[in-house]
Amino acid sequence: MTEFTPILSLSGGVLIGLSAAAAFVLFGRIIGMTGILARTLDFDFGEGSWRPFFLIGLVVTPLVLSMIAPSPHGFEPMGLIPMIIGGFLVGYGSRVGSGCTSGHGICGISRLSKRSIAATCTFMTTAVITVFIIRHVIGGSL
Amino acid sequence: MTQVIALILGALFGGGLYLAGMTNPSKIVNFLDIAGTWDPSLIFVMGGGIPVAAIGFLILKKRDKPMVFDDIQVPSYGVIDKPLILGSAIFGIGWGISGLCPGPAFASVLMEPAVIIPYLIALVLGSLAYERIHR
Repeated sequence: MTEFTPILSLSGGVLIGLSAAAAFVLFGRIIGMTGILARTLDFDFGEGSWRPFFLIGLVVTPLVLSMIAPSPHGFEPMGLIPMIIGGFLVGYGSRVGSGCTSGHGICGISRLSKRSIAATCTFMTTAVITVFIIRHVIGGSL
Repeated sequence: MTQVIALILGALFGGGLYLAGMTNPSKIVNFLDIAGTWDPSLIFVMGGGIPVAAIGFLILKKRDKPMVFDDIQVPSYGVIDKPLILGSAIFGIGWGISGLCPGPAFASVLMEPAVIIPYLIALVLGSLAYERIHR
């Protein structure tokens, strides 16, 4: 069980949206994690090396916040094997599908991109089916 | 200046994920578990994020160029093709198995390195597998 947190999640969503909106207006870029990671690994850092600097802000801020105020949400990960299998499929699939939850789910839908809407519907569906199979057919976890 | 802005944008994004609870993999899996312990919080993350991002995109569309950079680089390819659907389907399976996508993984790596670093290594290997196979 995790607690339903509409206010916190809506507030966090607005911050994510502000980041995406500012990236549109200031940079004319989408902040899709798949693209930012792939290009950074390719040493394509972008104008003024904005991509690695974005990643530094993303990586460091939650740690700083957690030292000031512990997360009310907790941290309950899956086991090591699901993390490794899941990580690989996410890394491969997001490249084939040209994006993930940030690039398609937030930035793409906000532009009313048909591709991003199709991608988001697809990954939501397969993710729901995957969790259903793991939790209710296999029963428990991987 | 660009670096400072990029740091702030990353901080907003990471802070938003943290505040929203997206750094807890169980919160994602519970969102996806419609038939079980459903936690609809993620709908509120998207409901908060998408309209605000849309305002930014509408402002950008009214301008000749962005305020800091010289050109707009937003995907223009509009065809819903097989790689898009197949890749997204695979992404969704991995997301459901792990409860993590790339953004939240980066956001929690310093807090929970023992769990997240194996995930990120696998993520990079998956990305490299794509480069091997498709390029």
